[in-house]
Amino acid sequence: MPQLEIVDLKANYGAHTVLERINLSVEKGEIVSLIGPSGSGKSTLLRVLMGLLPPIEGQVRIDGESLDYNDREQLRRIRSQMAIVFQQYNLFQNMTVLDNVTVAPIKVKGRPRKQVEDYAIQLLEKVGMGAKLQAYPDQLSGGQQQRVAIARALALQPGILLLDEVTAALDPELVNEVLDTVRLLAAEGMTMFIVSHEMGFVREVSSKVVFMADGHVVEIGGPRQIFDEPREARTRDFVGKILRH
Amino acid sequence: MLDQILQELPRFFSYYNLLFFAKALGVTFALSAIGCVVGFSLGFLLAAVRLDSRPAGRPLRIASTVFIELFRRIPFLVTLMLVFFIFQGLNADLAMFTVALISVCLIATAFIAEIVRSGLESVHRNQWDAAAAMNFTYLQTLRLVIIPQAWKIILPPVFGFFVLFIKDTALASQIGVVELAFAGKTMNNKGFSAALVYGTVLALYFMLSYPLARFGKHLEKKLAPTRNR
Repeated sequence: MPQLEIVDLKANYGAHTVLERINLSVEKGEIVSLIGPSGSGKSTLLRVLMGLLPPIEGQVRIDGESLDYNDREQLRRIRSQMAIVFQQYNLFQNMTVLDNVTVAPIKVKGRPRKQVEDYAIQLLEKVGMGAKLQAYPDQLSGGQQQRVAIARALALQPGILLLDEVTAALDPELVNEVLDTVRLLAAEGMTMFIVSHEMGFVREVSSKVVFMADGHVVEIGGPRQIFDEPREARTRDFVGKILRH
Repeated sequence: MLDQILQELPRFFSYYNLLFFAKALGVTFALSAIGCVVGFSLGFLLAAVRLDSRPAGRPLRIASTVFIELFRRIPFLVTLMLVFFIFQGLNADLAMFTVALISVCLIATAFIAEIVRSGLESVHRNQWDAAAAMNFTYLQTLRLVIIPQAWKIILPPVFGFFVLFIKDTALASQIGVVELAFAGKTMNNKGFSAALVYGTVLALYFMLSYPLARFGKHLEKKLAPTRNR
C-alpha cells in the first residue's frame, strides 16, 4: 500500500486554478522530486499537502486512509504525518536554534522537555549545527538556518518530509552543505518530496521524478527516463533547456 | 507676577488644597491606569479575534471590527456624552467617575486594538505558515511566535497612546468628574493665579506620564531586545 496517495487533486488561489487533476502515489522510503518551470505548481502542491492551501477537489490518502483537509482533527493528523522545510526557512525569529527545534514537540505534542532536547541536540549535531544551540536565526547564515529548519522538521518525527526549494535562497557555496544533509536523510530511508532546481542532485537522489507544468503533472518516471528519455514533448523541452545550461 | 505667586504659595499649599489636588490626581491616575490596563487587555483580545480567519469566528470578527472602527472615529468628548446619556436614559444611577471610566475604557480598547492588530500583522506571513504546518493552535501561534515578535512594533505606539490618553482624561471634567484639569479650574476660580494653578497641574500630569514613558522604554528593552543588528 502506498504511504501517500494523491488522487485527482485540485486547488485554487481565489478564482485561479493552480493545480488540476494531480495523481501521484508514493511508497515508503521513496524520494519523489518535483521539477518544472516556475509557476508550474510544485511548491503549491507541497503547500496543499500541508493544508496551507486547502484542496477544493480530490483526495489525499495516507497509509490507505482518506483524510479531509476541512476537518480540523483530520488536518491535525495530516500535519503530524508530514513536515515541511520552506524555501525561506521560516525559523521562528524570536527563538534560539534549540527552541526552534523543540517548541513543537514540547508544546504541541506534549513530549517531555528533557527527552525532546536530547533528541533535538542529536539532530542538530547531525546537520552540523550542534555548536549553535543558543544562537538566534538572524545570527546564522542562510545555509545554517536551512539546516536548523531541516532539524526542526525532523524533530517532529514525520513519516514524510517535504522540502520546498531548500537551496533556492542560498548562496552557491552554501548549497552543498544543505544537499549533504538531504543526502544523509535519503540514505536513512526517509520518504521525501523534494522541489528543487538542482537537477544534478535530483537525478542523483530521486527514486521518482515528477515533471509539472501549468498546474498539471505532465510526466512521471525514474530519473533516467525523465532526464535521458523523456516521453512527453514538454518534458523534453524543459530538460533540454535545463541541461544546456 | 512672581511676587503674587510667592505671596499665594503658603495659602495655595494649605493642607486642604493639597488634599484636593491629591484626590484629583488619584482620579486622573485611576482613569488613566484602569483605562490603560483594560484597554490593553481588551485591545489585545479584540485584535486577536479580528485576525482569526476561521469561518466560525466570523460573527465575533465582524463585531470587533465594527467596535474598533466606530470608537476610533468618535471624539472622546462625544463618547463621554454618549455613555452619560445612555446610562441616564436607562435610569442607571451611576457615579460620574464610573461614566468617565467606561468611556476611557471604550476609547482605549478601540485604539489599542488597532495598534495591536497592525503589530501582529507586521510579523511575516511565513511565521504563521511554519506554526500552522507544525500544528500550533491559533492561540499557541499568537502566544509563542507572533506576539513575542510583534512587541517591538506594538509597544512604542501603545505607550505613545497612553501618554496622550492621560491628557485626554481631562475631558472627564466636562461631566463634573473632579480630576486634575477640573481641580485646576476650581482653584483658579478660587482666585489663585493661573500660572501657579496650571503650573502645578502641569507638574502633576508630568509626574504621571513620565514614569509611564520610562516604563514603556524598559518594557521595550525587555520584551523586544535587539541582538546583533
